[in-house]
Amino acid sequence: MAKYETVIGLEVHVELATKTKIFCGCSTAFGGAPNTHTCPVCTGMPGSLPVLNKQVVEYAMAVGIATNCKITQNCKFDRKNYFYPDNPQNYQISQLYLPICRDGRVEIELEDGTKKTIGIHEIHMEEDAGKLIHDEWDDCSLVDFNRSGVPLIEIVSEPDMRSAEEVNAYLDKLRLIIQYLGASDCKLQEGSMRADVNLSVREVGSKEFGTRTEMKNLNSFKAIARAIAGERERQIDLIESGESVIQETRRWDDTKGYSYAMRSKEDAQDYRYFPEPDLVPIIISDEWLDEVKSRQPEFRYEKLERYKKEYEIPEYDAKIITESKHMADIFEDTVAICNKPKKVSNWLMVETMRLMKAHELEAEELSFSPENLAKLIELVDAGTINGNVAKEVFEKIFLDNIDPVDYVDKHGLKMDNDVDGLKVILEKIISDNPQSVEDYNNGKKKAIGFLVGQAMKETKGKANPGVINKMIQEMLDKN
Amino acid sequence: MANIISDETIEYVGILAKLELSDKEKEQAKKDMGSMLDYIDKLNELDTKGVEPMSHVFPVHNVFREDIVTNNDDRDNILKNAPEEKDGSFMVPKTVD
Ligand SMILES: [Zn+2]
Repeated sequence: MAKYETVIGLEVHVELATKTKIFCGCSTAFGGAPNTHTCPVCTGMPGSLPVLNKQVVEYAMAVGIATNCKITQNCKFDRKNYFYPDNPQNYQISQLYLPICRDGRVEIELEDGTKKTIGIHEIHMEEDAGKLIHDEWDDCSLVDFNRSGVPLIEIVSEPDMRSAEEVNAYLDKLRLIIQYLGASDCKLQEGSMRADVNLSVREVGSKEFGTRTEMKNLNSFKAIARAIAGERERQIDLIESGESVIQETRRWDDTKGYSYAMRSKEDAQDYRYFPEPDLVPIIISDEWLDEVKSRQPEFRYEKLERYKKEYEIPEYDAKIITESKHMADIFEDTVAICNKPKKVSNWLMVETMRLMKAHELEAEELSFSPENLAKLIELVDAGTINGNVAKEVFEKIFLDNIDPVDYVDKHGLKMDNDVDGLKVILEKIISDNPQSVEDYNNGKKKAIGFLVGQAMKETKGKANPGVINKMIQEMLDKN
Repeated sequence: MANIISDETIEYVGILAKLELSDKEKEQAKKDMGSMLDYIDKLNELDTKGVEPMSHVFPVHNVFREDIVTNNDDRDNILKNAPEEKDGSFMVPKTVD
């Protein structure tokens, strides 16, 4: 059997983080009751006129600059015509002839460290459609136009990817760039980032591309990987059995594990694009472009380098922390207060990660303040509380962003440094546990751990375990 | 008339526009579209080499809004435009893709 290569290009839709829609002053806030964020413009009423949200243009420019695109300084919108109930105007305002960005590229890094450049064909601005809900009782569909007119950018890659791993690395790269820009939160599951996969197969060594299909409805990295494997197999089976692949749009059903053709012949895909007459051209001056360029943030790869140099934290830690812009912000803001990068990194890498996992939270959802983490680190360093208490207090900070100084005061968690009082407690523990003392004297040095544990219990965890350990050791060695 | 619209074309345009035309209407539409194409052919006779394509009739560009919410919940009024409504939504014939 011939060996096949998979050729993949992606169309990635990203919902921009603007407060209002692309052509009207309706809110883009998520979760409103149906149709409460609508007006004549975004419900396509005759006579209404769109006015472009400037922030959309600036976000699109910023993403284009960050992905090494050429910015089209004289661009405009076009009308894409099709009928569907979620599209009230019977056209979508998009860009075909002069997309705002063209000819870009990003570098991806694979698991084994190989680097590869993925070309970006273009990025264009467009509006999202409404949402259709199918009513089981009335045999009808209900339309909610709250998402209608929410701004999107569509990032169209070149067919440069060859595996699911490359696709995921590319999506992750886009996600990081866009999140760092604050242009979107890029959540695949919630639909603020959506990927359509264009896939074809060809025999290894062949110069020609095979016929491609487009797969929609992929809302997780895992679903994308499964859809790629499934569609590759389907196309190879067709070719091997002498049939041919039809160029079509297919919907991936992740629970059933196969794709099916979406449109019938009745819905010919002929969008009859023409220049949008209701919107005037956009002219991007050099000054405007420079202004947007000058506002570009420090990106992840730049942060990584700086963290290693400036904060001297391990590369692994720096990678995890910069994986989310929000976590990187918490890290930098906390270090700016307490100037203890290694300790801050440690709290983020160990306890924060553990609690995120336990509470199923994403890094973007962390809600504690750098001030409170810095205060906690100071409390530990000053010997006011011990490590175990600190973990307990951190959990409160993590969940409710409490002030650790107040909390420690209120709950009497200060470490007990009363040596004479401790001595009395320890003497009692030693006389109550002759077996452990004997084990210790017989060379089982580990037996001391049990005694320290008893002492911590007795002092309700407020004593310093290091101090107790030392005191018990001295007392036993004296005997 | 130089441009003749075929039966297949008028059928296809009808599907795209979601229009059902009677035979008489089809003949009229074929004639109208043919003369429109003739008119375009006339325009194409003009030499436009070196002329920037015009994308808008008005000499205006960069008309923007700031990103500020200006519209409140006006659902009740908006839904007056719905042919039928249910649960705060526009009700349409069942549509599945
Ligand atoms: Zn609106």
